Amino acid sequence: MSQSPAPRKLPGNLNTNRRLDRWLKINRNGTVTAFPGKVEIGQGILTALAQIVAEELDVSLERIRLAPTDTTYSPDEGMTSGSQSITDGGVALRYAAAEARDLLMQRAVSRLGVSLEQLSVSDGVVQARSGGSVTYWDLVTDDLLAREATAEIQPKPASQHTIIGASAPRRDIPAKVSGAPVYVHDLELPGMLHGRVARPPSYQARLASLDDAEVRALPGVVAVVRDGSFLGVVAEREEQAIRALNRVKRIARWEETTVLPETTDPRFLLGEKTEDEVISEKRDAGAAARLAKSLEAEFTRPYIAHASIGPSCAVARYDADRYAVWTHSQGIYPLRRDLAEVLGVENEHVAVTHMDGAGCYGHNGADDAALDAALLARAVPGRPVRVQWMREDEFQWEPYGPAMVVKLKAGLDTAGNVVDWTEDIWSNSHSTRPSGLGGINLLAAWHLEKPFQPSPPRNPPLPGGGSHRNAIPIYEFPNERVTNRLVKRMPVRVSALRALGATANVFAIESFMDELAAAAGADPVEFRLRHLKDPRARAVIEMAATKAGWRKGEKGDGTRGRGIGFARYKNGACYVAVIVEVEAGNEIAVRRAWAAIDAGLVINPDGLINQTEGGIIQAVSWALKEAVRYDRSRILTATWDDYPILGFEEVPQVEVTVVNRPELPPLGAGEGTQGPTAAAIANAIHNAMGIRLRDMPFTRDRVMAALA
Amino acid sequence: MTIAFQINGRRYDANAEPETPLLYVLRNDLKLKGARFGCGAGQCGACTVLVDGKPVQSCDYPLSAAAGKSVTTIEGIGRNGEPHPLQQAFIAEQAAQCGYCVTGIIMVAKALLDANPRPSDADIRSALRGNLCRCGTHQRILRAVHRAAKALAR
Repeated sequence: MSQSPAPRKLPGNLNTNRRLDRWLKINRNGTVTAFPGKVEIGQGILTALAQIVAEELDVSLERIRLAPTDTTYSPDEGMTSGSQSITDGGVALRYAAAEARDLLMQRAVSRLGVSLEQLSVSDGVVQARSGGSVTYWDLVTDDLLAREATAEIQPKPASQHTIIGASAPRRDIPAKVSGAPVYVHDLELPGMLHGRVARPPSYQARLASLDDAEVRALPGVVAVVRDGSFLGVVAEREEQAIRALNRVKRIARWEETTVLPETTDPRFLLGEKTEDEVISEKRDAGAAARLAKSLEAEFTRPYIAHASIGPSCAVARYDADRYAVWTHSQGIYPLRRDLAEVLGVENEHVAVTHMDGAGCYGHNGADDAALDAALLARAVPGRPVRVQWMREDEFQWEPYGPAMVVKLKAGLDTAGNVVDWTEDIWSNSHSTRPSGLGGINLLAAWHLEKPFQPSPPRNPPLPGGGSHRNAIPIYEFPNERVTNRLVKRMPVRVSALRALGATANVFAIESFMDELAAAAGADPVEFRLRHLKDPRARAVIEMAATKAGWRKGEKGDGTRGRGIGFARYKNGACYVAVIVEVEAGNEIAVRRAWAAIDAGLVINPDGLINQTEGGIIQAVSWALKEAVRYDRSRILTATWDDYPILGFEEVPQVEVTVVNRPELPPLGAGEGTQGPTAAAIANAIHNAMGIRLRDMPFTRDRVMAALA
Repeated sequence: MTIAFQINGRRYDANAEPETPLLYVLRNDLKLKGARFGCGAGQCGACTVLVDGKPVQSCDYPLSAAAGKSVTTIEGIGRNGEPHPLQQAFIAEQAAQCGYCVTGIIMVAKALLDANPRPSDADIRSALRGNLCRCGTHQRILRAVHRAAKALAR
């Protein structure tokens, strides 16, 4: 019996989508269509991907078209998450475009009858040195890219880049500031109806009774859909759907149970059953023997909401046993698999098309809204149904970033070096996305008459990790033991929120590094550098310190102070150092922030800076203000009053410096600021006022308690 | 019963219940999708439009209140096919990430600049205190409003 050899591993997601025409099409009309499987979630990825394709093909950026991501033709790139769109999707397009250019050049060689060395390309025009030229658009035929990628054509070296590395304006911004209908929220299909889902009042509540006659009699109501405890309305007009929703909510009777933790203090996790894994262990008896001073501390982060400005939305149409779904999901293929299973149809009977949504910072309600729309559309065959969640749906039902506890213990020698480090982290899983193994991760599926079960919790594996993302310190410590304690019971719905466990882990590690520096009588910047060998890590810390004008041993004045935080995201993606200046008034305010980031080769510097500024401002909001509230039975966070976020009058001035390394591979960069910023704020508060806040958020109450 | 108002300079006879939030008439009847639903309670500013030149949160503003008034949406602020200087400034400053909040912010900024052509940074921040941005684009948005103020002053 013969076995065919395993196919050679290709770069990025080219490996799983190996045909060139899955990624690119050279059009005779002088344009190039790229087919990304990664999606725009407000991070500007499509502009960067277009730059990559234009660069490798030697055509102007204006010629690049990007096909909407769609299960009928797009490559399956899984999720757009984890800061992997450039490293997985971008790299695939880079190699595909380099190979496409090579195929075109081979044709140009035979067409022009000269050798490859005689040819140059400018904006798709291939020119022979001896005269004579031909364009890509003349050379292309339909079969050009109908082949497997080889990835044998090397992309351009950085020294030849003219489009990569330049700050191309985001291609989607003109339409977005014009008010044009660009979001799935704005999609308008002929005959479209409006749906709303009446969610239960609490996680495990069951619908006991509903006399829906009066709802059906309301103006415009087309359908009241009830399946177990899933309850929805469909109406001709949006305001009619909302009126019907409000009526349903008033008359539906639910049986509720108390399922939520008895406290919002994340320390409840310490009493939960855990699955423990030692994820780093280093032993050096000689170093351990030098231990002169020990410190211990415990850090927490509460449940944090995505709190996107636009509540989740989807449009679906059901016709002849087939579904069409429009969604702002981060992963149209994983979503399709779960949708098909819940709806009881083949994958091929569900077509999922991505459209932009409001800001996406992780696993929010997008996928859930898609199932909501499909379930309501099933009740009105032939007519599309648009579902947008109400604000309270979004706040109460989105999967939050999990609460976490991090316990740290470390020892110093008399020279002020860390000789021992012990770390224990408690957290739920940080990923309960669709297409999990052994379950269905869509909200409405759990409420149906024949309910589906969610998949068992699991952590994405290291080195990226989930709750243990960035749990292993990047510093050189001779003795180290890091234990991840995964709490499997999930009383509160949780999943991936920007940076996953890295926020709490970096907050804890970097706060504790300042505590250790103080115990060692060392400057926090110098103390970090003495434990770091990686030159790139050292360079971003030094750059941030230089830009901020950091003075060795600088002290706050009782009101103002500054602090630093640093991490290499996932211990393998971008390097980020953040210094902030805080001012303590009635509340803690962050006035300024300086950041340095090294993300290797930068495709679009302004895009990177925009993401980094945004990450810092969002992290300031998390650190100063945010925590989801609940009692034993219900989530109490329902409106912006319950969940204030940083506003225009509070945002700091942020200055980002890019340490560009065009000769090195690009590194994921969308989430690297979250942990360092939170830690920098805690360290700055300590620097300003001498108090150490170890529980996020750093509210006025927490400051007062620490001062007391 | 119809309720008439001016929309971006033209008369419109709306055919909806008087208590219908103006937002749904704009989005679903007039197909003006630039004002967006965010909270339904006037707390986030994503749905902001101008009524007689003043910013209102259209998710929380009944159609009946617009009767006889002049409503301006993001789609109505450009001139002669050119984007408004604020829109140009937002593009120049790349002042968006997801962009969902941006149209409401531009409408508030327009009302501000119409009333106060040379606002201070504090003036702009204060005017925008009812507008939420979750992506953290505030700094660029502030720069864009300053840029537009300068452009309009020329």
